[in-house]
Amino acid sequence: MQIKEKSVFVFAEQVDNRITPVTFELIGKARELAEQLDNQVVALLLGFKVGNLVDELIEYGAQSIVLADHIELEHYRTEPYTQMITQVIEKYNPEIVLVGATSIGRDLAPRVAGRVHTGLTADCTVLEIEEETNKFLMTRPAFGGNLLATIVCPTHRPAMATVRPGVMIKREPEKNATAEVINFDGTITSNKMFTTIDEVLKKGLSKHDIQDARIIVAGGRGMKTVEGFGLLKELADVLGGEVGSSRAAVDAGLQDKSKQVGQTGKTVRPNLYIACGISGAIQHLAGMEESDFIIAINSDPTAPIFHVADVGIVGDALKIVPKLTEAIRGERGV
Amino acid sequence: MNIIVCVKQVPDTTEVRLDPVKGTLIRDGVPSIMNPDDKAGLEAALKLKDESGAHVIVLSMGPRQADDVLREALAMGADEAYLITDPAFSGADTWATSSTLAGAISKLDFDLIITGRQAIDGDTAQVGPEIAEHLQIPHISYCEYFKIEGDEVIVKRQFEDRYQILRAKLPALITALDEMNEPRYMTPGGIFDAYREKEVSVWSRVDVPVEDENIGLKGSPTRVVKTNPKMLKQPGTTIETGVDEAVQFLVDKLKEKYIL
Repeated sequence: MQIKEKSVFVFAEQVDNRITPVTFELIGKARELAEQLDNQVVALLLGFKVGNLVDELIEYGAQSIVLADHIELEHYRTEPYTQMITQVIEKYNPEIVLVGATSIGRDLAPRVAGRVHTGLTADCTVLEIEEETNKFLMTRPAFGGNLLATIVCPTHRPAMATVRPGVMIKREPEKNATAEVINFDGTITSNKMFTTIDEVLKKGLSKHDIQDARIIVAGGRGMKTVEGFGLLKELADVLGGEVGSSRAAVDAGLQDKSKQVGQTGKTVRPNLYIACGISGAIQHLAGMEESDFIIAINSDPTAPIFHVADVGIVGDALKIVPKLTEAIRGERGV
Repeated sequence: MNIIVCVKQVPDTTEVRLDPVKGTLIRDGVPSIMNPDDKAGLEAALKLKDESGAHVIVLSMGPRQADDVLREALAMGADEAYLITDPAFSGADTWATSSTLAGAISKLDFDLIITGRQAIDGDTAQVGPEIAEHLQIPHISYCEYFKIEGDEVIVKRQFEDRYQILRAKLPALITALDEMNEPRYMTPGGIFDAYREKEVSVWSRVDVPVEDENIGLKGSPTRVVKTNPKMLKQPGTTIETGVDEAVQFLVDKLKEKYIL
């Protein structure tokens, strides 16, 4: 089987031989788009000795895989990745290329779009095919999350988009799914745009990503201190959840940046989001308002967080949270 | 050492509020500011000027009012300023914006270009890397710290779970994160100089070597087809009561939702 022209490509980001989770979300969305366009989803996997990852991509819905395995692709660097992807695009002429809006994707996609001379829409939260016209509509928050702009790419191909992690829905994995894997034999030529990696410093982060959490207990400046956040951790622990944070609390040094929810942090949609001492700047709301059930505790009755909350408590989170933790422990008999 | 810093004038989107009744944007009275990531990039360039006598050039593409942010940059200590402005450039997406800026930059002597990672009105993070692509120079984005060593720039580049220490040969472009530093304030003398002694050179269409098909709305591969203010959902129940009653209320709600 050959890869059809005008298919929907997904850049399958991997770091240290692990697929970045947004990739599966993109494949899920790409399947919907491809169905409407009567075409297929191709995952584009770049790296060195990463052939072991194709099965997972197929389980999550990739219908073909283009695998570019090359020693220059072992660690992410902009130029070798750009050279390889540009060759793949030139060979297969995709209609759409989706890339996760990660710190790799947002570095790589503009370089590729610049080189192949096409349109790129950043950080999309809605992707759809318009029914009658088959136009690809890309919607993204702009103006600090205050506006939603819908963007098209009328004449240049492929239409490229980076997509916010945590927004699209991945498919249930199918263990028996099959797909063709094409080994792509591209060339990488060293040039003045190459960079050199001298060192990699891993941040000592907890292995729990708030984007995977079903319950998030988030705090803002109203939690006041690191000890205040300790109260949230106790509540999160008794609920089996994770602690999240507003940007204000990150800026105040109360939480790590990796816990930040919002426009410049992460987008989350847990089953339960408890916002404690968070006023609810529009940038924060943009990252959490899709949560299934939202509880807000804030002493200011006019705080915007109450506009998105299903349940709001006007009161001091520092007093309410420990008692709530205690009450839940009582309910659970622990 | 010549450093070009690209700065954008943006509305201070943190000051924008939604009308809770109509669900529309309240834009009145929202101040215009220098984009925060760009300002951090400018501060980094000015530090190099303080330490080693770098020559700092600021460049902005935008309407005439963008003169304000260039004057601010001059008052902070930048040496030269260019405003790229022409109706022919308007309506540009990131591709056309970057090709225009690259055209302007190609007329100047530079060793390093600094842009902000992203602007707070568009949040795309695309213009920096696309400028580098048009100029065929290396770029390193998400820069939290950098230094110059010989003919190379060495960058601490942020990822979600790690940093890379990366090197690129000059000339190169880096995109700066606002957590990189605390930008300095303008000084009274600096403000005086910015308006009396220094100039903002205005470049229009004829001054920028770039093809017609690569500028403005016509040169933009993407088009905005509609914008909507974000609608907030219907608010739920908010209660104001004592701590114990509040806790009981929450426990009941969590049971209702089968979380407990």
